[in-house]
Amino acid sequence: MANAIVTVPAQAKRGEIIEIKTLVRHAMETGFCRTQLGELIPRDIIRSFVCIYNGTEIFSAELHPAIAANPYLTFTTVATESGTIAFKWVGDNGFAVTETAAITVA
Amino acid sequence: MRDRIGERPRRARTAACLLLGFAAATTAAEIPLGERRSGYEFMGRETRAMQDDDVANPGMLWVLDGEALWNRKAGTAGRACADCHGDASLSMKGVAARYPAFDPARRRPINLEQRINLCRTDHQQAAPLAYEGRDLLGLTAYVARQSRGLPIEIVDDERTKPFLDAGRATFFRRQGQLNLACTQCHDERWGKKLAGNPIPQAHPTGYPVYRLEWQSLGSLQRRLRNCYIGMRAEPYEYGAPEFVDLELYLMWRARGMKMEAPGVRP
Repeated sequence: MANAIVTVPAQAKRGEIIEIKTLVRHAMETGFCRTQLGELIPRDIIRSFVCIYNGTEIFSAELHPAIAANPYLTFTTVATESGTIAFKWVGDNGFAVTETAAITVA
Repeated sequence: MRDRIGERPRRARTAACLLLGFAAATTAAEIPLGERRSGYEFMGRETRAMQDDDVANPGMLWVLDGEALWNRKAGTAGRACADCHGDASLSMKGVAARYPAFDPARRRPINLEQRINLCRTDHQQAAPLAYEGRDLLGLTAYVARQSRGLPIEIVDDERTKPFLDAGRATFFRRQGQLNLACTQCHDERWGKKLAGNPIPQAHPTGYPVYRLEWQSLGSLQRRLRNCYIGMRAEPYEYGAPEFVDLELYLMWRARGMKMEAPGVRP
């Protein structure tokens, strides 16, 4: 079952600014909500996101309870070399999702 | 303090006007075909951008789920949807735009969710999927996605007519403690505000939709339940014939409009 969608341009010119878009499935339960019986729903959120381009971290983010479900993050980077761009989301209760995308830089 | 004193008579006047307005709403008319607008057109720029971009649209997570389920074997028959229907992008194209559709075996219209579950029980010999569960929403979203951009085509013949009429009657019937009919908001007051939000025309073009308020994908019947609770009426059960008839009428009312599934709504 798909847990993340990422888009990276398949091809880019060296030095070009490329846009990367990511979407991940997560309920982002804040820990402040209660059930209809008044019981507190424990916090369950993604804590961090990191993007690694051929071994180098190019973007990272800390996520907090006020972020909506299914977080969508988009950012830009400079296409430097061909290779893979890896994405990793880590969160409460052992949540971990990884995704990779290939890019060819000419 | 000054503001509050000034506010009171104005509020009372507004309430009186509203009451008069609702009382006068006896001969409600349907929206002319050319003036119909999808809920998309009532949304803000950011929400439209979310729907338009498949990476930003969280509904696509369910579509991908549905694609995986489409190809997975299920039930004692050991068959996947794909084993009978093949490539969904061809076989399911336009299908969601025709539902609810008349089912001769049950002698009444059934909606897309019910069709998927009948396929599961009859052809896959599998247990039906739970309404609003992740799997049924996924399959529905995947099938509906194949109709994106196609016009809604509801069959309006002597078989569906009684059910269409029943759905229309529900749309025009006052219900709940607030004594409201669907038509009073969605035919007569669309474009005006309710609790600060624009009232749309209630065309089900994007279902199942990702609703920001829900932080999740949901079916048309979930949305209908919302309206029922809002007008202090007791909602029907999921899959109830009354709701399917209302779905049929709403889809017929949106005939010719383009499918947007999975839509995004505020």
